[in-house]
Amino acid sequence: MPARPDAAAVSAPPGRTVLDPPDITRALTRIAHEILERNKGAADLVLLGIPTRGVPLATRIAAKIAAVEGAEVPVGSLDVTMYRDDLRMRPARTLLHTDIPPGGIDDKVVVLVDDVLFSGRTIRAALDAMNDVGRPSVVQLAVLVDRGHRQLPIRADFVGKNLPTSLVESVRVRLAEFDDVDAVTIADGPTDGTTDGTTEGER
Amino acid sequence: MRRHLLSAADLTRSDAELILETAEELRSLADRPIKKLPALRGRTIVNLFFEDSTRTRISFEAAAKRLSADVINFSAKGSSLSKGESLKDTALTLEAMGADAVVVRHWASGAPHLLANAGWSRSSVINAGDGTHEHPTQALLDAFTMWRHLGDLDGRRVAIVGDVLHSRVARSNALLLKTLGAEVTLVGPPTLLPYGVEGWDVATSYDLDAVLPKADVVMMLRVQRERMNAAFFPTVREYSRRYGLNGRRMAALQDHTLVMHPGPMNRGMEITADVADSERSVIVEQVTNGVAVRMAVLYLLLGGSEPAHAEDVPGSAGARAGGEQ
Amino acid sequence: MSSYLIKGARVLGGEPADLLLRDGVVAEVGPGLSAQGAEVVDAEGLVALPGLVDLHTHLREPGREDAETVDTGTQAAALGGFTAVHAMANTDPVADTAGVVEQVWRLGREAGHCDVAPVGAVTVGLAGEQLAELGAMADSAARVRVFSDDGKCVSDAVLMRRALEYVKAFDGVVAQHAQEPRLTEDAQMNEGELSGRLGLRGWPAVAEEAVIARDCLLAAHVGSRLHVCHVSTAGSVEIIRWAKSKGWPVTAEVTPHHLLLTDELATTYDPMYKVNPPLRSAADVEALRAGLADGTIDVVATDHAPHPHEDKDCEWQAAAFGMLGLQTALSVVQATMVDAGLLAWGGVADRMATSPARIGRLAGHGRPLAEGEPANLVLYDPAASRVVEPAEMVSLSRNTPYAGRELPGRVVATFLRGNATVLDGKLQ
Repeated sequence: MPARPDAAAVSAPPGRTVLDPPDITRALTRIAHEILERNKGAADLVLLGIPTRGVPLATRIAAKIAAVEGAEVPVGSLDVTMYRDDLRMRPARTLLHTDIPPGGIDDKVVVLVDDVLFSGRTIRAALDAMNDVGRPSVVQLAVLVDRGHRQLPIRADFVGKNLPTSLVESVRVRLAEFDDVDAVTIADGPTDGTTDGTTEGER
Repeated sequence: MRRHLLSAADLTRSDAELILETAEELRSLADRPIKKLPALRGRTIVNLFFEDSTRTRISFEAAAKRLSADVINFSAKGSSLSKGESLKDTALTLEAMGADAVVVRHWASGAPHLLANAGWSRSSVINAGDGTHEHPTQALLDAFTMWRHLGDLDGRRVAIVGDVLHSRVARSNALLLKTLGAEVTLVGPPTLLPYGVEGWDVATSYDLDAVLPKADVVMMLRVQRERMNAAFFPTVREYSRRYGLNGRRMAALQDHTLVMHPGPMNRGMEITADVADSERSVIVEQVTNGVAVRMAVLYLLLGGSEPAHAEDVPGSAGARAGGEQ
Repeated sequence: MSSYLIKGARVLGGEPADLLLRDGVVAEVGPGLSAQGAEVVDAEGLVALPGLVDLHTHLREPGREDAETVDTGTQAAALGGFTAVHAMANTDPVADTAGVVEQVWRLGREAGHCDVAPVGAVTVGLAGEQLAELGAMADSAARVRVFSDDGKCVSDAVLMRRALEYVKAFDGVVAQHAQEPRLTEDAQMNEGELSGRLGLRGWPAVAEEAVIARDCLLAAHVGSRLHVCHVSTAGSVEIIRWAKSKGWPVTAEVTPHHLLLTDELATTYDPMYKVNPPLRSAADVEALRAGLADGTIDVVATDHAPHPHEDKDCEWQAAAFGMLGLQTALSVVQATMVDAGLLAWGGVADRMATSPARIGRLAGHGRPLAEGEPANLVLYDPAASRVVEPAEMVSLSRNTPYAGRELPGRVVATFLRGNATVLDGKLQ
């Protein structure tokens, strides 16, 4: 995993915790089961995490699938930076790591994994990014938190927790792989008033 | 990052590492079926070449097109003897065409500087080689190649051998490698090392055999035979005997030492065929890396509302070394 | 002709006095003079110097009238406080015959802004192969006494020897542009650490110093006068100092820009700073100032070199060498020498009027401001200051290296044989 410390995690206020470590673990376990149930097993399954925090989530889900089904599901990462629709609104952004598993995604059941689903623009970008990589047979979406306020017709197939929020609140996901602790918190005050920033999987 | 890339000295260490990391991400694009990213869609990039250079121009062209930019190639006639259409008039024409960036190669040192600062156009200017001054993207792709093989460049010993005096590649490499923490030694006959090179914060040596055993990278520069006529060295034979990289010298290198050359090579002059074609030569890979590095530069300069801000992310370059994640 | 009563001028920077100019001469000098029908010029606070004499100017006519003409160049000279300029011979056609030098001389007289003393070429066409008809030029109406291939160096040792010997017959002087051609092929800027970094071919100091050393020895050997143009390096100053210590007949000049600017300016790649000989290091600038202060360097000469816009608005290697100098010379000398405490106004009068007139054998100029002397003088306000605007140059060209820079002082009035060529800072 890229050990990229999250600068905002140090500075943002803690807010109120809505998911603690056991909650998160249970949610991921449930998601893993739901994925297997929906797809009737692990055949042709590929998990693609959207960096940064979608990636450790995808890895954890794959581990749970392996524990339950005894099958090793390929895990990768898909950076969507280049496909964002707001590229020209801010200085050029650093690219994150893309790692498509060796078997590729053609004719596979690809489950995109992200930490927070908000406006849906990140997922739209991910679909475009995948289009240039290959042609999955099916694309599904698993998110830890769905906080509503969709700006595009996008929906998640597997949701850890539905979290109705107001636009003045910010949702922050912290994961042990990056932030020393697992926690999902809501705080008052938007991070920087845009749909990105740390509220939506750190962009 | 600054709006223009005129000199390797324009890049801070964070800038340079950001470019290398971005190039690493973009390099894998070459393995995909669709070798295109939409990031520069709608941007216009002009290749303004006042000097012939098919290879560099094609490299920039490929880089721009893979990022979905529109590319216009402009080959200007004219040399130091016949001025042809003036630099200024060309720049004004390009401005009228709405170029977002101009990649310029010119026979006169400082021409990109003039383009960037004379107020003729608002484009980002990328120096693709100006006279005997600099060639920053070449230095970046060289550093990228080294980094992919050797990891973090701190403390690495790089020997740059040959006609340093007339080499813009040597100048840019000396600057960039210092920025990245490497130790540079310039090697050549005294006539081919620039006057005042002692002030460059690099080591120099007239003795190639003394430098080779400790080098982690040996970069051979092209030496033109015609320099003999201006008394830079007496004969081709003497030059290659004293400063050419041949099989015997290659055997004195450490196992991990890379052999590089910016091209085009003068086989038999500064480098022999057996060295150029050996396994430790990464000369062909340098060309591949060139497209990825130029894609990174174009993306970071033009992909957003302004050039990328390279934050000091601790341990970023080191952690990413050699493909390990 | 009008008379002028100049009131309260500090003659050579000394005590205030009045000067009455009548019939082309200084009629009276003293305190509290009466007007007697003369036009009064209030010179309170102004310094009065003899009209300046430039030993090295390029007026470009005939041949490059797009860059400058005798008329516009002498206008610039008058505004700079000059009453005489020596016009260099690298025109087109070259001033290597009596015909061309007389043409330039006449153009100067017709324009009337200052005296023009044409310089004759040493060799035909400046080609460095055959001596030009130096005697004919000396005998012509232009009465040439200064001979130079400036722009190019008389590099052939035998030719230089012959030229030095030949001009003795008419008390001429050979003014050498010291530049060993083979060491400076396609040279662009001072050879130093910076030239290596910038990728611009270097012009090594030794290429100037070696020629100066040779020429000093030749001048001593044949007993003829040598004048060294635009000295630019510390080493050159030392060689000239040594030659003078031997009593040899050597004189030397320095340009205002070499007293102020260094090669650091080339980092901008702006060809406004491209000049021959090139701008050098800070150590060289310091040595030149010291040399001018102690008299090793006898004169300040502008090397005023106009170039049209397209020859400077391009990449460095394609640009022409040269800078304007006439209108800003006195201000630069004030800034670098007077305000720095290295030279008093009396010294300025010597370096910029008396000595150049003596070297050029120019009668009537550089004379003391005393009764009976020709009324060639300049009134200068050292307390003023201004930001240099290229658009204000009356030259046809705009290539001044001081654009946007604040310089002290202002020429208020210039008088040429009692005629005001400049009054209140404006051409008459």
